[in-house]
Amino acid sequence: MLSLSDFLIVAAILFGIGMAGIVINRKNIIVLLMSIELILLAVNTNFIAFSYFLDNVIGQVFVFFILTVAAAEAAIGLAIMVVLFRKRSTIEVQELDLLKG
Amino acid sequence: MENNLLLIALVIILLPLLGALIAGLFGKLIGPRPTHTITISLMSITFLLACYVFTTMVLNGYPAVEGVIYKWVQAGAFQFDVALLIDKLSATMIFIVTFVSLMVHIYTVGYMADDPGYQRFFSYVSLFTFAMLVLVLADNFLLMFFGWEGVGLVSYLLIGFWFKREAAVFGSLKAFLVNRVGDIGFLLGMAVILKYFNTLNYHEVFTHVGSVLDKTLNLFPGTPVSVITFICILLFIGAMGKSAQVPLHVWLPESMEGPTPISALIHAATMVTAGIYMVSRASPLFEYSTVALSLILVIGATTCLFMGLLAVFQCDIKRVIAYSTLSQLGYMTVALGASSYDAAIFHLVTHAFFKALLFLAAGSVIIALHHEQDMRNMGGLARYMPITYLTFLIGALAVAAIPPFSGFYSKDAIIEAVQLSTIPGAGYAYMCVLVGAFLTPLYIFRALFLTFHGKERLSLHAKKHIKESPWVILVPLIALAAPSIVSGFMLVGPMLFTQPRLLGASVFVLPQHNVLAHMAMEFHGAWLMAIDACMHLPFWLAIAGIGTAWLFNIHFVEFAEQLKRRFSFFYSVMMNKYGFDDFNQLIIVRGCRKLGYFFYDISDLKMIDGIFVNGTGKIITWLARVGRRLQSGYIYHYSLAMVAGVLVFLGWFLLLPLKG
Repeated sequence: MLSLSDFLIVAAILFGIGMAGIVINRKNIIVLLMSIELILLAVNTNFIAFSYFLDNVIGQVFVFFILTVAAAEAAIGLAIMVVLFRKRSTIEVQELDLLKG
Repeated sequence: MENNLLLIALVIILLPLLGALIAGLFGKLIGPRPTHTITISLMSITFLLACYVFTTMVLNGYPAVEGVIYKWVQAGAFQFDVALLIDKLSATMIFIVTFVSLMVHIYTVGYMADDPGYQRFFSYVSLFTFAMLVLVLADNFLLMFFGWEGVGLVSYLLIGFWFKREAAVFGSLKAFLVNRVGDIGFLLGMAVILKYFNTLNYHEVFTHVGSVLDKTLNLFPGTPVSVITFICILLFIGAMGKSAQVPLHVWLPESMEGPTPISALIHAATMVTAGIYMVSRASPLFEYSTVALSLILVIGATTCLFMGLLAVFQCDIKRVIAYSTLSQLGYMTVALGASSYDAAIFHLVTHAFFKALLFLAAGSVIIALHHEQDMRNMGGLARYMPITYLTFLIGALAVAAIPPFSGFYSKDAIIEAVQLSTIPGAGYAYMCVLVGAFLTPLYIFRALFLTFHGKERLSLHAKKHIKESPWVILVPLIALAAPSIVSGFMLVGPMLFTQPRLLGASVFVLPQHNVLAHMAMEFHGAWLMAIDACMHLPFWLAIAGIGTAWLFNIHFVEFAEQLKRRFSFFYSVMMNKYGFDDFNQLIIVRGCRKLGYFFYDISDLKMIDGIFVNGTGKIITWLARVGRRLQSGYIYHYSLAMVAGVLVFLGWFLLLPLKG
């Protein structure tokens, strides 16, 4: 039988991978979006695990919301990326530093 | 009756202020003629009311009235009121002030006729009268100080009246700054009074003098000073500034840059006598400090002799009279030092008449010659201006103490009082006033001979236009000439020698200082005093002075030139006015400039501007330059910082409970 901590460890690993993806990645903005998805999935995993082990269905309801929002967000993110590519002809994160102080 | 008198006094004070406001604020609107009509008529009403108060208080002997008009300051245990004191002394003073002020108002109509600042001048003169009346009618030292500063301010404004002339601006600034030195003394004196008496009200201070008589304070560790002496010396420093005693006299000759009417009103008849008035008013304090009286005696005597000596060498007619004023103020101060306050006020009164007369007569000459003041360019004017000449002659006879003119009675009383005085320094003072009695006729008759007699040294242009002045100028001259002749004769008995004296209980004299009482025994009427003068030294000194002036300026003009060459060192000392001006200019003015530059350079430019103002900006710029390195613009940097932050918080929340 899998215990709660197993799920939490998986979620933490997922979160770590996502975070590392954001921090280490310097090339591709698509990887960035994927990393954000991974982080969201880690959170979702936590929600479901807690929902199952605490016998509370609200967690699973929440996961549906998050998935919906994540889908919308991914769509918007990709759209922005396409526009960005048209404008700057690049999607390299290193080049996108307009907010530099 | 008391309330009536108080109300009248208030009206006396406020009418000149009203005149000043009307002339100052609406003068341009209503034009010159209505301005002088309004101010002169208000001044006339003031003078009539002052006459009424004078009659009631002095002639009918009504007791002193004291009353609060308005509670000014209430600070903790201290309370200061706008309160008036009407007694014999203040009634006498307001009578003199309003009389001379009225004469000067009328005279100004003629003297300033074509001046663009006509209305402004009337506003200032009325404002001056207001401040002077506050000064003399005040019931406490603080309100007196208000008037004291008020007259100082107006004096500054009036000396610098022609503010486009550099000398006038310099003179006004000098007068203002030198007066500040005296004012510091007055302020500190008030502070000490407040500390030991807890009040500044005259009556309360004077009745509690006994409680501080044996108190001392340590000015420097180990040197105890009697409190009463300390207070008196500080107050006298204030009087020295206002009444132009050595070494704070330097501003008075410079004040002659102002128009002549105010030289007569402010720098001869009234304002400069404020110091004399103040010491007389505070006589219950001064009487108990022999040290302070001695200092007053010595300072007064020094001023009297050495300023009189300077007057002999001046060429500007107004400066001769200015130095004469210094010398006469010295006489008054000597009288204060000899504890004969009545004689000081008596000389103040007669001096106000004849010195205002001399100034206004000199102004009449100056205006006739189109602002020519150098006596070397005058001479023989008696023929052209007979009335001016006559009135100037009366003023000169009065100041020279020729009996029975007014100056004789007051000055003779002072000289005799000093002779009888037992206060340390009286011997020196007696010598000084005796020599002064010789110098006074010498310089004033020198001025008279140079201006009105002898060869005509006029420029052609001046000669063509010269004529007697208009009646607005002559009427005040005549009105002042009359009291210059008779006031001494009329007042000498009631003011000095009969009991009770005219000033009554307004001044206080200790029995052992009461020299006037000794003199009263020898007094048998004013006529006899005048005849008796032939037996006394001062009279012959005065005659000798006139003779010397005649000798050098009419008879042997070359002889004076020879003497000038023979004693050239002495002459140059006189021309440099003993070097007071040079000393001030070199040491004090330059020292202040250097000090000011030091503070400007070090503390202002380097400290405040360099460190505080620009330093703040520089530090912020530096911080921002470091800070902007953090803002790389890369998302992964920000997210790394975020993760690091989250980790720190996690550590904080998870590890800290473990420890605790």
